[in-house]
Amino acid sequence: MRDWAASALETAKRRGARYADARVMDIRSREISTKNGEVGTLAESESLGIGIRVIAEGAWGFSSTDRLMREGIDACAAEAVAIAKASALAKRENVSLAPEKSYVDTWQNPFLKDPFRIPVESQIALLLAADKEMRRVKGITLAEGSMSFRRIEQLFVSSIGSSIHQIKMQSGAGIVATSFAGSEIQKRSYPNSFGGQHMLQGYELIESLDLVGNAQRIAEECVALHSAAQCPEGRKTIILGSSQLGLQIHESIGHPIELDRVLGMEANFAGMSFLTTEKLRKLKYGSDIVNVVADARLEHGPGLGTFAYDDEGVPAQCTPIITNGLFTGYLTSRETAAAVGEKRSGGTVRCESWNRLPMIRMTNVSINPGAWEYDDLIADTDDAILMETNRSWSIDDKRYHFQFSTEIGWEIKGGKVGRMIKNPSYSGITTEFWNSCDAICSRGHWTLWGTPNCGKGQPQQTMGTGHGASPARFRDVRVGVAFSK
Amino acid sequence: MADTHKQLAKEIERIAELVLRLSRADETEVDITAATDALTRFANNTIHQNVAERTISISVRAVTDGRTARASTNKSDDDSLCRAVESAVSLARNEPKTPGLLPMLEQQKYQKVSRFFAATAQTTPRDRARAVAKVCKMAEKNRQTAAGIYVSGSSQSLLANSRGLFARYEQTRSEFSVTVLEENSSGWAKSNSPDIRAIDPLALAESASRKAAESRQPREIPPGRYTAILSPSAVLDLVGFLFYDFAGTAVLDKRSCLNGRIGKKIFGDNITIWDDAYHPLQSGPAFDGEGVPRQKVLLVDRGVPKNLVYARSTAKKMKAKPTGHGFSLPNEYGEAPMNLVFAGGDKSIDEMVRSTDRGILVTRLWYIREVDPYEKILTGMTRDGTFLIENGGIAGGIRNFRFNQSIIEMLANVEALGPAVRAAGEESFEMVVPAMKIRDFHFSEVTKF
Repeated sequence: MRDWAASALETAKRRGARYADARVMDIRSREISTKNGEVGTLAESESLGIGIRVIAEGAWGFSSTDRLMREGIDACAAEAVAIAKASALAKRENVSLAPEKSYVDTWQNPFLKDPFRIPVESQIALLLAADKEMRRVKGITLAEGSMSFRRIEQLFVSSIGSSIHQIKMQSGAGIVATSFAGSEIQKRSYPNSFGGQHMLQGYELIESLDLVGNAQRIAEECVALHSAAQCPEGRKTIILGSSQLGLQIHESIGHPIELDRVLGMEANFAGMSFLTTEKLRKLKYGSDIVNVVADARLEHGPGLGTFAYDDEGVPAQCTPIITNGLFTGYLTSRETAAAVGEKRSGGTVRCESWNRLPMIRMTNVSINPGAWEYDDLIADTDDAILMETNRSWSIDDKRYHFQFSTEIGWEIKGGKVGRMIKNPSYSGITTEFWNSCDAICSRGHWTLWGTPNCGKGQPQQTMGTGHGASPARFRDVRVGVAFSK
Repeated sequence: MADTHKQLAKEIERIAELVLRLSRADETEVDITAATDALTRFANNTIHQNVAERTISISVRAVTDGRTARASTNKSDDDSLCRAVESAVSLARNEPKTPGLLPMLEQQKYQKVSRFFAATAQTTPRDRARAVAKVCKMAEKNRQTAAGIYVSGSSQSLLANSRGLFARYEQTRSEFSVTVLEENSSGWAKSNSPDIRAIDPLALAESASRKAAESRQPREIPPGRYTAILSPSAVLDLVGFLFYDFAGTAVLDKRSCLNGRIGKKIFGDNITIWDDAYHPLQSGPAFDGEGVPRQKVLLVDRGVPKNLVYARSTAKKMKAKPTGHGFSLPNEYGEAPMNLVFAGGDKSIDEMVRSTDRGILVTRLWYIREVDPYEKILTGMTRDGTFLIENGGIAGGIRNFRFNQSIIEMLANVEALGPAVRAAGEESFEMVVPAMKIRDFHFSEVTKF
């Protein structure tokens, strides 16, 4: 790896690059899925290559290749420089980067059990056992399970002298029960929807989830949804379960704080942000109890946004995003930090693979735990809907207006959890919503959720992000509009 | 270029032969794609990202004792290929038998499709940069800001197996997408084609520029049910959510909105849909993930869902014939139509506007998600050029709406259709669809811009 990377830098420099960095990445993955008692997908893959990013004539160029011999790497580096020179045909000013020190380091996330060393037959057996439990419940028409594992080894080198070797092991799993009856399809997932829970951990994560132990419960809930009451329309107090709050953070805080989006770099695809730069340290984003951080450090937890260095060679940091309700920070890169006069990048740049350009991505964007015990929060609530497990999500291209629906809900009346509610949904404007938050549960109810499928950029890149959250209460929220006539 | 192109074809063939020779599995399939792609991205009237990649993917499926699994690599040396084969065999050996697994296909005959254009494959970073520079200059002249992408690329693929199947496909692709912004408005245009000569970046940018100018100072109007005129791109992004419902497997799994609705009239008389990989405006290979030749399938006939598509194993389970729409095995989703073609009409968008007393003209939709899988209610936002129509004319830009709309209901409420064109959106891959005028489209809430 080191020879390939050094060769790339040398060629880029010789061809006229003022700055160059290279990422050699070796990615191994395993995907397993089951459906109604049978194996669906069973596949492994590996991908090894190098991505070379340069600044020449004041503009960016990037090229990548999997032809990892001297000739292939030289051609790739030369192409990156030629592309940068072409970019200079339509530049307004020279690219400028916030200063950063050079680092020589090696890091690997801790894990107990290498998932690639666990026999695949036992992984399949676990999914099939959960599948069987779900299908034992009358009314279940489809039972699905999945596991995925990813080992990412990467070497980053740059022309300022950094050489950083990192190995990241990710694991994830989940199950889904679906029931079709009459004119309705209902679904319940565990531990989360759209692939389950994913973390920077080994197979110990899968074992801790107890998929089999939860399979019957979610299947029964799924069937029961058919005869549950429809979510009412109107304005209500809502309590969001922690995984739904994690996605709410992702969409209505994590994306709008991306500084490349704010500066217009994503305008054609992902969109821009309502969080224009004059709002920094002035906007009341949420109520006083709302505190949000972007924390890539291991001490925050083994999230999908955890690492030692980002893909520009900047060390992991914790950035206060919302402090006692006040908007206090963006996610930044070396280029965007320089553009707004920040002294240093926040270290949030990552790429999906060796053939993708690194860009600003959420790290672990998490809400700090509050003071409430869950039972006390329910007991303190007169009339509300408790909503759990995301079913759909959508937000406008400046991240103002959102609508979410969840798989299941429960009525809260007089401080007690009551009847089941189907098709729950809520909508609102980001800042109004976060300012309506009046209770957040404590550390004991806080989970660091993994979102493995966040899309951004052109060509689009999929990235894993982390979101720590505990159940929280919001007042006067519009509910039920998704099914309004 | 021609030499390099031929050399690459030979190299792909060599790898395929080697994999098949190395494998000791009962049956072996190898699927290889080699691609070169480049993308120039601009924003704030300057190029801020300019990338290129050269990739190869070698994917091996092994069958052993009635079990099948897949392993993929991008390393084409002998040791790595050997490891991929062994990995596929090892995975397969350690799973339960695959019920209903069919023998691999023997050699098939395919209809010829020509989707490789040298002009696209030969496009350079400077070609793209020069076109982008003109677009940025136009935007600056109009005191606007342009952002977008200009893409070019080519690929060659080969699907072969140990029973003699040998299916080749090559294609080029190009795409230009542009958003033009003003202080409180924006406009958008996008086009793609295998032939880069069919794309006119400046004309697309001028269209986006006009939309941005015409939607200045958007006013807020109340949400509700309005007559909506959707551009082909907006139609594409909505009806794209129906693709998978036409899969035999989705019906077997009872997750299709067509369960209980096949043969019943659920859309309007003016809705007819085919899947047709051979349509001149379509792209993609003439075979599916197992090498089955793609058939032209009538999915909806004058409002009535008529047929589904089937992979080989699904066809066997459902006592139907394979239609050539299967995904690569093993998978749990079965198949899907990938080349949808709608029957169009003869009304231009201008004519639709002139015939509308009060309605909404939509350029682009965004962040569409399924709210109800059986009634097919989708939610999402309008974006980059939303206009109020009054008394047969454009009355100005309006703030963007959220919609919650059943697609089944929508396709029953289509009052007029434009000519079907190759449309490009964000939520779906390209297909041939018309603009539509739709009554009672449900815009449920409004945002702040």
